[in-house]
Amino acid sequence: MTLQTWTWILVGITFALYIGIAIWSRASSTKDFYIAGGGVSPLANGLATAADWMSAASFISMAGIISFNGYDGSVYLMGWTGGYVLLALLLAPYLRKFGKFTVPDFIGDRYYSNTARSVAVFCALLVSFTYVAGQMRGVGLVFSRFLEVDINTGVIIGMVIVLFYAVLGGMKGITYTQVAQYCVLIFAFMVPAIFISIQMTGNPIPQLGFGGMDENGVYLLDKLDGLHRDLGFSEYTSGSKSTLDVFFITAALMAGTAGLPHVIVRFFTVKKVSDARKSAGWALLFIAVLYTAAPALAVFTRTNLIETVSNKKYDELPGWFNNWEKTGLISFDDKNNDGKIQYVGDAAKNELTVDRDIMVLATPEIAHLPNWVIALVAAGGLAAALSTAAGLLLVISASVSHDLIKKMIKPDISEKGELIAARLSAVAAVCVAGYFGIHPPDFVAATVALAFGLAAASFFPAIILGIFSKKMNREGAVAGMLVGILLMLFYMTKFKFDWFGGGTKASWWFGISPEGFGTVAMMANFLVSIVVSKFTPNPPEEVQEIVENIRNPSNAGTAIIH
Amino acid sequence: MSTNPLKKYWKTNLRYLAILLSIWFVVSYGFGILFVEELNTIRLGGFKLGFWFAQQGAIYVFVLLIFVYIRLMNALDKKYNLDD
Repeated sequence: MTLQTWTWILVGITFALYIGIAIWSRASSTKDFYIAGGGVSPLANGLATAADWMSAASFISMAGIISFNGYDGSVYLMGWTGGYVLLALLLAPYLRKFGKFTVPDFIGDRYYSNTARSVAVFCALLVSFTYVAGQMRGVGLVFSRFLEVDINTGVIIGMVIVLFYAVLGGMKGITYTQVAQYCVLIFAFMVPAIFISIQMTGNPIPQLGFGGMDENGVYLLDKLDGLHRDLGFSEYTSGSKSTLDVFFITAALMAGTAGLPHVIVRFFTVKKVSDARKSAGWALLFIAVLYTAAPALAVFTRTNLIETVSNKKYDELPGWFNNWEKTGLISFDDKNNDGKIQYVGDAAKNELTVDRDIMVLATPEIAHLPNWVIALVAAGGLAAALSTAAGLLLVISASVSHDLIKKMIKPDISEKGELIAARLSAVAAVCVAGYFGIHPPDFVAATVALAFGLAAASFFPAIILGIFSKKMNREGAVAGMLVGILLMLFYMTKFKFDWFGGGTKASWWFGISPEGFGTVAMMANFLVSIVVSKFTPNPPEEVQEIVENIRNPSNAGTAIIH
Repeated sequence: MSTNPLKKYWKTNLRYLAILLSIWFVVSYGFGILFVEELNTIRLGGFKLGFWFAQQGAIYVFVLLIFVYIRLMNALDKKYNLDD
């Protein structure tokens, strides 16, 4: 069967599955819509969290980024997994005990202030929208390459599917489709990784093949370091970023992960506090399967790519090269007119440009794997993008219908009215996301990574202090969040969009990149919160009692409805 | 329940957090970033050790840490009769 047929079949089957699950798990109350009824099992929640978390960026881009950056790519591996330790130990159990529907809900109630709630809603919307636009681009990319439909048509198909199960099923529908999507995406990621690991090292486990030897008894990593040296790239296993920057980027990604509203909200869906801890454990285990295989895949594909194209005649290249050339993601410019590809570190002589996104998508073709495996990767990429998009859309719709309408604008809205408002906001959010997918603003790529910095600079300190410090008050939290988010926005717009006079790498403060600056902004948030709270009145007695209460894990069940 | 046992419970919890987060810090920021070059002089099969921690080892330890925390806290909840 042709690749096209296989892809339509696999994508069709998985889409039908998602729609079937959505119909089976319709939401009938706001509790269903926001937190899936509150009775999800820890295992199911772990699977759903893993799919929720692993986006198009994890599935499609991450191995490619590592492939081109070597050791420097470690920031994503440690940052995006280490955040779960913070979530499991410092946030999830307490937020679950607190028992509200959304993150702004926690901030608003803990800091007894609608100002705090509004700031949190603003941050949640900002983080979620920058993130969701990237997912829609991922959907479009997969459709255009594998199904040869127009990118825009691809985005619209993706929108309709997400619309269907997010609007109909709310959190309940999303949870169970995410369970299915995890299975699809992990299978789709691991099958090619296992195949290529066997081809290159004889070891079927990619995590071990990573440290294995090729057929000549040379360790793969040593061979790749050697190839890099010969071609003038920096050594794969050594970094080129400064240690300080690596440290700060990792910290920003960790705190950002723990502060992302669409991840936190997943822990509201389980029955009790111990289940929240367990879900975090399962989630990280399921995520770790992909995150430990990705750096292995990065090394396999990098070695394979160099060996396939370096100094080879352009006319004799395998078919995948031309397929991907058509998408513009790989291009060859024969600067010295010798008909051969010079792929070297020196930019003036290098003739090959490779987009990092194709490393995962093209792997099965580069490794001559059968068509069904290639089609599987397409289905997996879609699963990753759609599951994350759905989780984000839910946060957006809940922020609007619950935090803005129910809690601030129209508190007397009926349960039924709120459910309708939630569905309508989900429809609006899907349309906005789709618009960004079709007309991607230039800043999307730049800001997705920065969404973590924003989350780290705003939510993370407010939540941590709200749990671990009884004396943290409204004034401190609001001042801290504002300083954190404004500082982060200032640095990001200055160095990414040239606002406020712009600046180059040389003028970075302390040599810290905008990606790592979230850590600085987060520290500023902590500092401002603590200092301001020392000079302003303590929180009211009943709020201090709330804090006392969330530290006690028992009787979490009663807290949900309020 | 009086506040006193709850205070003790909270103190023990904070102690667990301090220990586990120290390990979390050491394997990632320590082995994977600050001391990566020193550790890279040691080899683990085909890996340089620092590189291995940054791209594999830290993640394995993270997973273990959460499951250890789950066990510790389940036992602690039981001890103080705070489990549901």
